[in-house]
Amino acid sequence: MQVNNNFEPVIVAFCCNWCSYAGADLSGTNRLNYPTNVKIIRVPCSCRVNPMFILRAFQKGADGVIICGCHPGDCHYTSGNYYTRRRITLLYSMLDFLGIERNRTRLEWVSAAEGAKFAATMQQFTEDVRKLGPNRRLEDLRCRKQ
Amino acid sequence: MQRIGVFVCHCGTNIAATVDVKAVAEALSHEPGVVISQDYQYMCSESGQNLVKDAIKEHKLSGVVICSCSPRMHENTFRKAAASAGLNPYLVEIANIREQCSWIHKDIATATDKAIILGKAAVAKVHLNAPLTAGESPVVKRALVIGGGIAGIQTALDIADAGFDVDIVEKKPTIGGKMAQIDKTFPTLDCSACILTPKMVEASQNEHITIHSYSEVSDVKGFIGNFTVTIKKKARYVDEVKCTGCGACMEKCPMKKVPNEFNEGLNNRTAIYIPFAQAVPKVAAIDPNYCLMLKNGKCGVCSKVCTAGAIDYKQQDKFIEQKYGAIVVATGYNVINLDKYDEFAYNQCPDVVTSLELERLMNAAGPNGGTLLRPSDKTHPHTIVFVQCVGSRCDDEKGKPYCSKICCMYTAKHAMLIREKYPDTEVYVFYIDVRTPGKNFDEFYRRAVEQYNVHYIKGMVGKVTPKADGKIDVQASDLLANEQLHINADMVVLAAAIEPDKSARPLATMLTTQMDTNDFFTEAHPKLRPVESATAGIFLSGACQGPKDIPETVAQASAAAAKAIGLLVKNSITCNPCVAHSDELLCNGCSSCEKVCPYGAITYQDKEFRMPDRTTAIRRVASVNPAVCQGCGACTVACPSGAMDLNGFSNSQIMAEVDAICK
Ligand SMILES: Cc1cc2nc3c(=O)[nH]c(=O)nc-3n(C[C@H](O)[C@H](O)[C@H](O)COP(=O)(O)OP(=O)(O)OC[C@H]3O[C@@H](n4cnc5c(N)ncnc54)[C@H](O)[C@@H]3O)c2cc1C
Ligand code: SF4
Ligand code: SF4
Ligand code: FES
Repeated sequence: MQVNNNFEPVIVAFCCNWCSYAGADLSGTNRLNYPTNVKIIRVPCSCRVNPMFILRAFQKGADGVIICGCHPGDCHYTSGNYYTRRRITLLYSMLDFLGIERNRTRLEWVSAAEGAKFAATMQQFTEDVRKLGPNRRLEDLRCRKQ
Repeated sequence: MQRIGVFVCHCGTNIAATVDVKAVAEALSHEPGVVISQDYQYMCSESGQNLVKDAIKEHKLSGVVICSCSPRMHENTFRKAAASAGLNPYLVEIANIREQCSWIHKDIATATDKAIILGKAAVAKVHLNAPLTAGESPVVKRALVIGGGIAGIQTALDIADAGFDVDIVEKKPTIGGKMAQIDKTFPTLDCSACILTPKMVEASQNEHITIHSYSEVSDVKGFIGNFTVTIKKKARYVDEVKCTGCGACMEKCPMKKVPNEFNEGLNNRTAIYIPFAQAVPKVAAIDPNYCLMLKNGKCGVCSKVCTAGAIDYKQQDKFIEQKYGAIVVATGYNVINLDKYDEFAYNQCPDVVTSLELERLMNAAGPNGGTLLRPSDKTHPHTIVFVQCVGSRCDDEKGKPYCSKICCMYTAKHAMLIREKYPDTEVYVFYIDVRTPGKNFDEFYRRAVEQYNVHYIKGMVGKVTPKADGKIDVQASDLLANEQLHINADMVVLAAAIEPDKSARPLATMLTTQMDTNDFFTEAHPKLRPVESATAGIFLSGACQGPKDIPETVAQASAAAAKAIGLLVKNSITCNPCVAHSDELLCNGCSSCEKVCPYGAITYQDKEFRMPDRTTAIRRVASVNPAVCQGCGACTVACPSGAMDLNGFSNSQIMAEVDAICK
């Protein structure tokens, strides 16, 4: 297999508005660096993330997708993140079935106070995905940038 | 065709130093639908906002993208600006290129690339934004206070003072809470009953206040401004209206061996009882667990002696339904159960008591008429040992991780009162730290040490052993002198930790409010919104939110009242328009969405549909109450037919963002 040293993974991060998006803002306020590969999409709650969005991202060429929500028990809507946890667990089996490395998807709890954790998580996730290499299995080649 | 305007902010140099803002504006100007793309020094400033407003008018914009700081900062600013220029405020999207780009990246080229992608995602999203209108929902001008301790009483009095009706639901037969049990209060040492009971009476006589004593909340439905609450009025077997509180029944009741909870079980009461002389309402209640008539149908003495004819053995629980605009939780605290603390011999020795029991032992209305006597043999104790932090500040499973906050002060109070009244009694206090922040608190504690010669010893009590001669051996360590001690004590008083009432958690579930891992209610923001819960329209008062002394409790109670009043004065409230809605043509009435909605916002309706073959059919479809929906989106994912979608964060909007990022 040919190893591409210039591989820059495309990473989509879904962040819930109340904790994780605020946590991401806090890492900005504290000037805590993480790779530019990560692009954040704001959702009201982690439970707004339809597994379809994740598959869509993989299909459109994302190399990693990370979902961030409030810590269990802290969801602004009390129980949203419990749904998220169950749905992502199910999604893992489906990803296994599709042959997409499950390490390309991650679920993390990041509170509004955890700017440092947000940055460290994004650093780590980017590195992990970089090691996995480009996501080929579900990429729809018709969507590929020319 | 969309006409989109893009506005890229420099934020001084906050953004411009790491992101080439001109390049971002240039790149975004080529995106589909973009008719104007500009950059400016400070977009949020008045002139920046005017730039946006003018562009909306001049270019007849149908959507606006601001590339700037976090939407958590200025989303509202720009929405308002758009609205004032005649554009629906929900047609504005923010690309966060400061907190999530310029501030975290150093390399200008890659940061600029990222900013462009974030801008493209926002443009892609705004293409699909729909104009939204915030609905209005009326406010019922009545408040509910759950819990009738000093917190609940104060909140109710303040709300009533503002002219609003307010109901107190108290689960015990009387209001008053723990403060009614306390003897004297720190830091002033005035008598607790003397300052509390007038407030209890005031509450009962206020024309705006209704007290539901011996009642509980059994169901809560609805939302801010419009809660429907079911209150269970437990059968007290005494007609509240007829009972005059004369107490004749209590004199004659043959069942005299019921532990008296008001005196912490230190003496007994009768099966029919009025908790204490100043109870409000002063109405008797029959304890069904002990009443001979209710248990085996043999007795009926009280109904014979009651001249008012108030006794009703057939009374049933009653449920009443009432609407409220605001709810205040004031369920207070309890002292923890000490069963796990065998080392202090609490269950073995009657002379080992909790501080709350000591309050009753010292109280003039208590079991000994105010003379401090040992519970075991009613003799005067000459040596008393206080143990601090029993179950507080624990790192093990047994106790609580937090500081109970009030114990250092009440122990100093107890020690001082005992030394004052019985100068021949030696008092020892074993502590980990003495924590006395608070106005006049440290002075108070120092008085105990300096003026009253209370022996404060920094150290831990290892074991308390009752001895055959009736004395108690207290084995402890003195950390400062580095020695082991044995004290031959007559009484041991445990400063037991306090915890929220056991009913708090089920109540929180009913109210859909949050609690911390210790079951204290969580405030909406620990610093800036300390008396509101995160659930709109529900406020927190007193020790149910965290350990508090009376001054703090009352301050918080009044603050919660002010917040509730602020809501009740409004005739209606504006709702969040970013709510879910179902496409009735796609919905198959499967109930999946209803099951996941944490707020019960989804109901089903039978609707008539015209079928393709021109017949009509009745189908069950989901309908979301926009005033109840909080917009979490759980239902949108649960919906198997794709009928449920969320305004402002629709499936197509999020997909468009995904596509733009991955392109
Ligand atoms: C030993 C001891 C000594 C103290 N001494 C002092 C002192 O000297 N000075 C001082 O400032 N503070 C003192 N305190 C602290 C003081 O007791 C509290 O600050 C105060 O009582 C808190 O008031 P509250 O109304 O929040 O709670 P509470 O007094 O606990 O009242 C809560 C009320 O709500 C009711 N309730 C609970 N759950 C429900 C439900 N689900 N439905 C309906 N009703 C419910 C309860 O029955 C109770 O009546 C002392 C505490 C202790 C333990
Ligand atoms: S208030 Fe004092 S005695 Fe109570 S837990 Fe805190 S430190 Fe211990
Ligand atoms: S978005 Fe959340 S609150 Fe609104 S109806 Fe759906 S599940 Fe309920
Ligand atoms: S709001 Fe953060 S996970 Fe639900």
